[in-house]
Amino acid sequence: MSDPMEEIRASYFVECEELLESLQDGLQQMDDGHDDSETINVVFRAVHSIKGGAGAFGLDDLVKFAHRFETAMDEVRAGRFVPDSAAIKLFFQCADILADLVRAARDDAVIPESITNPVLDTLDEMVGTSEEVEEEIEFAPMVLNLDLGGGGASGLPDLPGLPALSGLPDLPGLPDLPGLPDLPGLPELDSALPLPPASPAGQTDNSGNQLNHFRILFSPENSLYSSGNEPLYLLRALRDLGEIKVRCDTSTLPGLGDLNPENGYLSWIIELSTEENQTTVREVFEFVDGLCDLDIATADDTALIAENAVAPQPELTVTAEPDTSAARLPDLVPEIADILPDVTPEPEVAPALDKEPEPMDTSTAEYDAQSAAGAQSSAKATPTQPRATVRVDLERIDRLVNLVGELVINQAMLSQSVAETSLPQNSPVQTGLEEFLQLTRDIQESVMMIRAQPIKSLFQRMSRIVRESSAMLGKDVRLFTDGENTEVDKTVIERLADPLTHMIRNAVDHGLESTADRIATGKEPVGHVTLTANHRSGRIVIDVTDDGAGINREKVRQIAINKELIAADAQLSDTDIDNLLFLPGFSTADKVSNLSGRGVGMDVVKSAILGLGGRISISSVEGKGTTFSISLPLTLAVLDGMVVQVAGETLVVPLNAIIETLTLTEDDLRALGPQTHVVQIRGGFDPLLDLGAELGYRAPKDSYIGDIVLLIGQEDGKRAALVVDAIEDQRQVVIKGLEASYGRVAGIAAATILGDGQIALILDPVDLVSEATGRTRVPPKHLSIAG
Amino acid sequence: MSLEVLAVDDSRTMRDMLNLALTSAGFTTHLAEDGVHGLEVLDGLEPNVIITDINMPRMDGFGFIDAVRSQEKWRGIPILVLTTESASELKVKARAAGATGWIVKPFDPSKLVKAIKMVAG
Repeated sequence: MSDPMEEIRASYFVECEELLESLQDGLQQMDDGHDDSETINVVFRAVHSIKGGAGAFGLDDLVKFAHRFETAMDEVRAGRFVPDSAAIKLFFQCADILADLVRAARDDAVIPESITNPVLDTLDEMVGTSEEVEEEIEFAPMVLNLDLGGGGASGLPDLPGLPALSGLPDLPGLPDLPGLPDLPGLPELDSALPLPPASPAGQTDNSGNQLNHFRILFSPENSLYSSGNEPLYLLRALRDLGEIKVRCDTSTLPGLGDLNPENGYLSWIIELSTEENQTTVREVFEFVDGLCDLDIATADDTALIAENAVAPQPELTVTAEPDTSAARLPDLVPEIADILPDVTPEPEVAPALDKEPEPMDTSTAEYDAQSAAGAQSSAKATPTQPRATVRVDLERIDRLVNLVGELVINQAMLSQSVAETSLPQNSPVQTGLEEFLQLTRDIQESVMMIRAQPIKSLFQRMSRIVRESSAMLGKDVRLFTDGENTEVDKTVIERLADPLTHMIRNAVDHGLESTADRIATGKEPVGHVTLTANHRSGRIVIDVTDDGAGINREKVRQIAINKELIAADAQLSDTDIDNLLFLPGFSTADKVSNLSGRGVGMDVVKSAILGLGGRISISSVEGKGTTFSISLPLTLAVLDGMVVQVAGETLVVPLNAIIETLTLTEDDLRALGPQTHVVQIRGGFDPLLDLGAELGYRAPKDSYIGDIVLLIGQEDGKRAALVVDAIEDQRQVVIKGLEASYGRVAGIAAATILGDGQIALILDPVDLVSEATGRTRVPPKHLSIAG
Repeated sequence: MSLEVLAVDDSRTMRDMLNLALTSAGFTTHLAEDGVHGLEVLDGLEPNVIITDINMPRMDGFGFIDAVRSQEKWRGIPILVLTTESASELKVKARAAGATGWIVKPFDPSKLVKAIKMVAG
């Protein structure tokens, strides 16, 4: 069995990530001008909860930081500090450090105080809190020393003296509670006196430990009962400390007619011999401090109290308030009559039958009734769990995803076999197979849903990148996000972090102008970077947009020429120039800045995106800004494909890349050279690519009239017509990556296994088109906008 | 007969810990995420003790205690407040709201059990 504390610790860090997310959200809302108490409370609670758990695991650095952050947020919450935008910026910074501390704690790393302290000091100074509050924190990591084998109530290791947790009345062992419920009546109370002469301090018990003697006068006020406290349990707690003798003073107990069941009339005198000191004894009464008259006297003072104790009953009333309660009683009697049936009487107000009652006996009966009721309710009750979520190891999910992939293949094979038997369409086998197909799809979607997460966590990380990089560059930048709840495969999210970080840095560093330049061109001084995510035709599209100066194409072109990336006389379209940014080794920064000159260029970003089966494109308007657009498949596991035949080979073309399919007529084709053609479709001209020739299956054909083409579209509007020999089918295929077992092949995304067991390559049509058109340099890529 | 405890805390970690400490001590444990949820869970129960956090969404600990105490059948249930502050101000406030006692977070399980025993036998 794994260590339960380790499990909770792991789950704590998961919870921390969620809390950090709501912290970011809350601060963002505050930054957007929301200053309602709930928004501030969300922020406060997030920090508070992180601190709470950290304390339990003894994560001192985290506790310290969270505590001071929390203290500052408490000032905000209490309205003593009204944060301006600079303060909120600092809060963001604190949230970032808090996130770092959480992760450091998780990974057993340390973040030096030289990083955390200056921020905290600034925070304290700004908010007006001081460091001294820190002393309040008690560092007491939770140490569980559990008797897991034992189970049941007996698993209480350090609570001796109670054989079972049952209510007192069930206990046969009452003798060691002399003076409590089973004392028949006052005469015997008296006979219990005088108490054994108070032994002098310093007496030892059998084990040789020093014994202390206390005499405790305990007189509860009514408020003690209404707060849910119970004198009996306090007495029991005292008993756990050592040897006790208890006497109950019932002298102020009125007759039934005058009795207010809501009030308490009893007080107790307790003799305690214990190894514990006075502080420990006093701790027993911690919760009732201020709700009772309490006097704890040590052995030295005992003589005096003992004298009181032997005195006649009336003088025993220590500090009860008989007068006031008695005065109020008559007024209350009618009300009591009304409420009596519904009231669960407090034990000590148990029916006193007349002036000479045996109050203790009747109260014992009350306990029986109460505990019986308690037993009943616990029997019918079933433990309630918090709203159900299950944490599952990612590996298990991946295994499931794989199995579902196999299921899809298997289903395809079965369909093919059945098709070959030429059963009638309406045969039960065919209809059953249809349902099977539907179910397989549903299962697959459901399984994919398990892996999907909102992209929000990634976006939040980006807001930090913006804050940090803008601070470093001295620019004033705001990040806007949209579509944070778009769900994306977990792996995709993880693998997007690096490329997206670079793109954001790039946008802040290169995309946005300096504040001075912005003002000079009449723009708002604050630069905007916008991050959006949405689903578009079966893909996830993530856009990073800045409202900067746009790409300076002349400069880009000049750099490319200088770096001999292109010929000096190359004729390039705007898009071509923009795409130069993705070439390895390209950098437009005149001086290498701290941020971008890290040896990571947009080429690395591009290959990371390609590695995810995605594409990246740029659109830029000079003076207005630039948008980098990433388009990703929803899942890395399956895709809807069109199965085609080319030169005897079976290939799969992702369906979402295909705009339309058509058969070429003579009118559609224009030759631009001996082997170069364009296709005229609805007013636009698109390059024609012979797939068989592109992949090296065969030589280019002389004529393509009557051939089938697939019109392929890309995010930036670039299109191409792919010539294939035949279209076989549309179906879902399971993606089997090539890169791990073979390597990256230009124009090929992956492979799959078809229903007949045949292996087919899955095309990356856009990559193929870029490769092919890049090579052949067909000049008019897109002469006009189609349709 | 084992004691029945309802623990209300919006932090999952804290709930997990309370659950572990309480069930290990042999208590029948019920958990809730905030005051509103706590009242839902409490419906039909008569736990021996309620433990509640203060800072929670929807309904905080004070509101929850108030709602519990306003029901005749729950008036006598001991309620322990979980607090990270040992400051007396908060205790006063908790008591004014009707709490029986308090547990300072991070809690030591044996102290937690002791506190429960103190208020519920």
